[in-house]
Parts: sequence; structure tokens; C-alpha cells
Amino acid sequence: MATITAGLPTSYVTSENTISSWLLTKDHKRIALLFFASITFFFFIGGIAATLIRMHLATPEGLLQPDIYNRMFTMHGIVMVWFFLIPSIPTTLGNFIIPLAIGAHDLAFPRINLASWYVFNLSGLVLLYALIMGGIDTGWTFYTPYSTLFANGYVIAATLAVFINGFSSIMTGLNFVVTIHRLRAPGMTWMRLPLFVWGIYSVSLVMLLATPVLAMTVLLVAMERFMGVGIFDPARGGDPLLFQHMFWFYSHPAVYIMILPAMGVVSELITCYVRRPIFGYTGMTYALMSIAIISFFVWGHHMFTAGISIYSAVVFSLMTFFVAVPSAIKVFNWTASLHKGSITFDAPMLYALGFVLLFTIGGLTGLIVATVALDVHLQDTYFVIAHFHYIMVGGTVSAFFGGLHYWWPKITGRLYPEMWARMAALLTFVGFNLTFFPQFILGYLGMPRRYYAYPPEWQAWNVLSSAGASILAVAYILPLGYLGWSLLRGERAAPNPWRATGLEWQTSSPPPKHNFERTPVVTAGPYLYDPEDGGFIAQNGAVNA
Amino acid sequence: MRSLQPEIQYATLSQQGETAQLGMWVFIATETLFFGALIFTYFIYRDAYPKEFAEAGKDAVLWCGSVNVGLLLTSSLTMVLAIDAAADGRRRHLKNWLLATAGLGIAFVCVKGVEWCLDLAHHDVPSINFIMKPAEAPAGELFWVFYFIATPLHALHLLIGLGLILYMLWRVRRGDLTPAYYAPLEVVGLYWSFVDTVWIFLYPCIYLVGRS
Ligand SMILES: [Cu+2]
Repeated sequence: MATITAGLPTSYVTSENTISSWLLTKDHKRIALLFFASITFFFFIGGIAATLIRMHLATPEGLLQPDIYNRMFTMHGIVMVWFFLIPSIPTTLGNFIIPLAIGAHDLAFPRINLASWYVFNLSGLVLLYALIMGGIDTGWTFYTPYSTLFANGYVIAATLAVFINGFSSIMTGLNFVVTIHRLRAPGMTWMRLPLFVWGIYSVSLVMLLATPVLAMTVLLVAMERFMGVGIFDPARGGDPLLFQHMFWFYSHPAVYIMILPAMGVVSELITCYVRRPIFGYTGMTYALMSIAIISFFVWGHHMFTAGISIYSAVVFSLMTFFVAVPSAIKVFNWTASLHKGSITFDAPMLYALGFVLLFTIGGLTGLIVATVALDVHLQDTYFVIAHFHYIMVGGTVSAFFGGLHYWWPKITGRLYPEMWARMAALLTFVGFNLTFFPQFILGYLGMPRRYYAYPPEWQAWNVLSSAGASILAVAYILPLGYLGWSLLRGERAAPNPWRATGLEWQTSSPPPKHNFERTPVVTAGPYLYDPEDGGFIAQNGAVNA
Repeated sequence: MRSLQPEIQYATLSQQGETAQLGMWVFIATETLFFGALIFTYFIYRDAYPKEFAEAGKDAVLWCGSVNVGLLLTSSLTMVLAIDAAADGRRRHLKNWLLATAGLGIAFVCVKGVEWCLDLAHHDVPSINFIMKPAEAPAGELFWVFYFIATPLHALHLLIGLGLILYMLWRVRRGDLTPAYYAPLEVVGLYWSFVDTVWIFLYPCIYLVGRS
């Protein structure tokens, strides 16, 4: 064994082997793997709930008791939003790649990084407690006064779980902001940062400034239930609408918490598989930052039918249209980057293209629901469900899988089987559209969300949707199989198998414990690919290496 | 005295120190939104029920709140003097100023405790013994709910600050806060001043609203 590894630097995986060297690690790469384990677990918990929902909705009269059905969609929402989508890309790919991509030896605060994982798991345990004890039926939004006065589930435990989960978000976001400000390698100026780093930077700002408001909001709900006072109870002077304002002040930006890092990932993938610099780099950075900023001023579009004044509805509608501008800039620039490139359709690229298409559909339907007059008809229907799943699942989850495949050789030191991966990417795209496109039609026809039964004439669309969900389930389980296989049997990966420009590819696969033998010096911008011959200049100036 | 090495991800100790301070500033930004959301709900309800809030606020124990303003402002001064002593390497002064800061913080908590007992005696504790006076119905209870969420949260932050000061005292004893590297103390100082500032904002909301 010693003779085989001699001469190679010891990787972060093999450097120490005890259990405590993993559970007490301060290495961002190991912590990323710990997060991978946690969020994968919750992805499948949320997925089981989704499976039951789609099975139930395959027939008009359904399968589950109404009360159980309510608990299922609530659990699906809470788990997927806070325990998978929000942490998904930042805590795993972000944690692993950010220090490597900026040429740092670790995050700024490794202990806080580890604490974030423990706090995340603690919040997960509290949520599992709420689930095992019988769940809750408020929907993931905890709307008052239902959640405070009438719901008979474990609302306090669930809100406590969300509260604790917020600490994990904040710790991770804080680490990224400070790391990106202070630990960039010499020569790594802001305008040389890969767009994935910009994506993580912008999302961290949103996490830091939105999460504490959610924390206070759910704390008030928990206090109202626990102390039996009337913070949001109109009979005692409270205002239930205030809850919605505060909740959406966080939960609208939360959508951007999911999508901004995904946009960063996709920019890396497209440039690499098109062998072209990104079109309009500066515009892309400004677009990310303006999406992050504007996201704080649009929350009222969730409340058009809740009784807010028509004037504020118009302003919120207008602000929401503004978000479409930087979003469109991004879509146009990704598309323009394809022009005259030499494209290879490897699995990460398929996921990235899927992202662009699905995000575009999600974004355009977002404009429809942001229009006050149309929203009166579409609010609380399956149209809204389809819209945000196009963004969160079609967008974020596609980008997550794309990034996972792209960085897989760096993380594990092994290549994944390309054909299987392409099949999973295609199945994801087909299954996703089949699941959620019929929901646009159902919503347009007026099928309300959260109802456990529906009239028989809507069954055909619902059966299509459930059939799509089963394809989607296969597409999500498939990688578990072939990536697991690759972990043991996959071909060994070279340091830079995709011939990419990022600094993370300028160290061994998997990287050594402290990332680089020597701190890299950055001399080039990101994405110096040459579409003519597929050559490239890495950010440390290395040519075709 | 031990010579400190920067952690692996930092090139120098001063980079490590500056980074720690930036981290605390960022944390303070999130804390501002945390307390900000609470104070926001307060203003929404105060705007809806100005007379009722003024009436309910008359029960707030003015002298306790005011004494506590004095205690915390003074403690911020002693904290700055401690940092100054650390920068000059005057270890005995550093220790004494830190002890003074901790003492003032403990005094704050004691006054706060007395105040909570008085609130209990005045029947102002929601869900325990709250009695609504006719003049403050229906929103007087909301004022006291705000009070009993804001003040314990603030006190909790203060207790964490006290813990951090004790930790700093331990590090002074160990001898690793030197003029070359005392960034941890500056970070704790930032946090302490933030907790102080929160009280400055809570004070008029609680004690002055009923007395204009
Ligand atoms: Cu929104």
C-alpha cells in the first residue's frame, strides 16, 4: 500500500481514518461530505412524502385520510425547503469548492463550519420528533391564526426546528461572506472570481439578512402557542396579516437562496462544456447582486388576495417585474455563451441545459402570477405549485445534480459512469416536465392547492403528473446507485479531467488536507477557454494543464 | 508568554484578527435584523394602538430601565479601556477593566431581575398573572408580550457576553492576549457594544412610551 501511494500527496479522505477525525473535523471538505449525508437523508424523507401525495392525487377520491394528507404536504414542504433546498448547494458544493476556487486553505471559521453541521442535525432531530409524534397540518407556511389557535399538531416543535435550522444557515452564510472577503489568493480580484463564488457570495448575504427575520417570526408563533397570548390573534388586538408580511419577508428571498447558487453552478458548467468564456461576465455579477437586493422588496406578491391595499399590491407587482430583468439577463447570457462554442453533451451539461429551460419556464410563469389581476385567479391553485417547482426543483435540483457530477471527480477522486449519468439527466428533464407541466393546466382550470380531493374531470392531468413523478423518482434514485458504484469501482480521476479553468482543478483529485501544497497566485480571469481547439488557461496561468 | 501562530488558512496573525472582526460585524448585521423584526412588530402595534400602548407603558419601572442604561453605557466604556490596556500590554489594567465590565453586566442582570419581580407584583406578566386595565384594552397585553420577549432575549445576549468576558479573563491569565494579537478581545468588545446598543433602542420603546 505504501509503495502505491508514495509520491502522491495524502488526500483529505485518507489523511486520517478514525471516526472522531470525521465527526470533529475542521476541514471544509469533510464537513461538506457530512452535509451531503444529512441533506441526502432529508431529500429522501421529503421525497417519500411527495410520493404519497402524488399517489393520493392519482384518483379523485384519494388514498390517504384528509388529515394525513395535510400532514404529508406540510412535511414535504418543511423538509424540502429548509432541510434540503436551502442548504443543498451552499453547504455541500459551496463548502467543498469555495475555498478551493479562491485559492484558500480552508474557510475563515472552520469551527463555526462544523458547528453549523451539528446545529443542522439538531434541528433535523427536532423536526423528526414533530414528524414521529404525529406531524403538523398547517402547511409549510405556518399561517396564523390557524397555526396559533386551531392547528392540533406539533407546531411548537416544528417552528423550533425551523428556528434552530436558521442558525445553521446563518453560520454557513457568515463563513462564506467573510471567507470570500478576506481569504482570496493573491491576484484573485473580485472581477476574477468564478461566477459560482459570486453566486455563493450573493446567496450568503440573503441568508444573513433574511433568516433572522424568519427566526423572530417563528419565535413569535411558538411564543403565542406556548404562552397562550395573542400576538397574531385579532380578537386580542393582534394582526394575522403581520405574520404573512414577516414570513414572506424571509420566504420570498428564500427562493433566491435556492436559485442564486444554482445560477453560479450553471455558469461553471456551461463555460466548461462549451469551451467558451461566459458571455457578459460583469453583467452576470451585477445580475446576481441585483437579484439578491431586489428579492427583499417583493414579498407582497404572496399576499395579493390576502387583503392588502391595491396600491401596495401594484408596487409589489412592479417590483416583482423588476426581478425579471436581471433574471432575463442571466438567461440571455447563458444562451449567448452557447453561440459558436464547441459543445459536448456530457451529463453536467445536460443538467445545465435542463436548468436553463426549466428556469425560463418557471421565470416566465412567475411574471404571470406577479400580475395582480391574473393572480386573483391563480393564487392558491396548482399553477403556483407548478411555477415554484419549476424554479426550485427544475432549477435548483437540476443544478445541484449537474454540479455534483461536475465536481464528483474532485470530491471523490473517481470518475462517474457517463452513460448512466446522461440517462439520469434526461430522465430528470422528462420526468420533471411530465410531473409539473400538467399542474399548470390544472391550476389554470382552477384546481386549488392543498385540497385532498378533486372532481373526476381533472383525473387525466393528475394521472399524468403522478406518472411523471414516478419517472422523476427513478431519475433521483439512479445516481445513488451509479455514484455509489463509482465511489468503489470508478476509474481514478486526473487532477483536471474536464480541462477546466478553476483553481480547484489545479490541485490533486481528491485534494490534500489543506487544499494546496503552496498558495496559488492568480494571474487570469475565469473561463479563458478557446472554442477553436478546446484549449484553456487556468486561473493560475497554467496553459492546458 | 507564548508566541501565537495563525491558523492554517491565514497568512498572518493580523489577517486572522481582521477576519475575526469582520465576522463579528457580519454577525451584528444579522442580529440587527433579528431584534429589528421584533421592534418592527412593536411599532406596527404601537401605530395601531397608540393610546393603549401609552397606558400599558406607564407600568414599566422607569428607574430600573434608566439605571440599566447607565450601567451598560459605563460598561462599554470599561470595555474600551480594557481593549486599550491590551493594546499597551498593561495586563493588570486589562484584567481589572474586564472585571469591572463583567461587574457592571452582572449589576444589570440583578436590576433586571428586580424589575421582573416588580412587573409580577403589578400583574403585568402575560399568561401568568396579567390583568388588563380598561384603558389599555385590547392591546395592552401586546405591549407586555413585547416586553417579555424583548427583555429576556436581550438579557440572554448579555449573559452570553458575560461568558465571553470570562473566557477573555481566562485567556489573559493564560497570557495569549498580547499587544501583537488581541483581536479576540476586540471581537468581544464589538459584541458587548452591540448588546449595549440594543438596550438603547429598547429603552424608549419600553419606558418612555407612556410618559410623553
Ligand atoms: Cu415570492
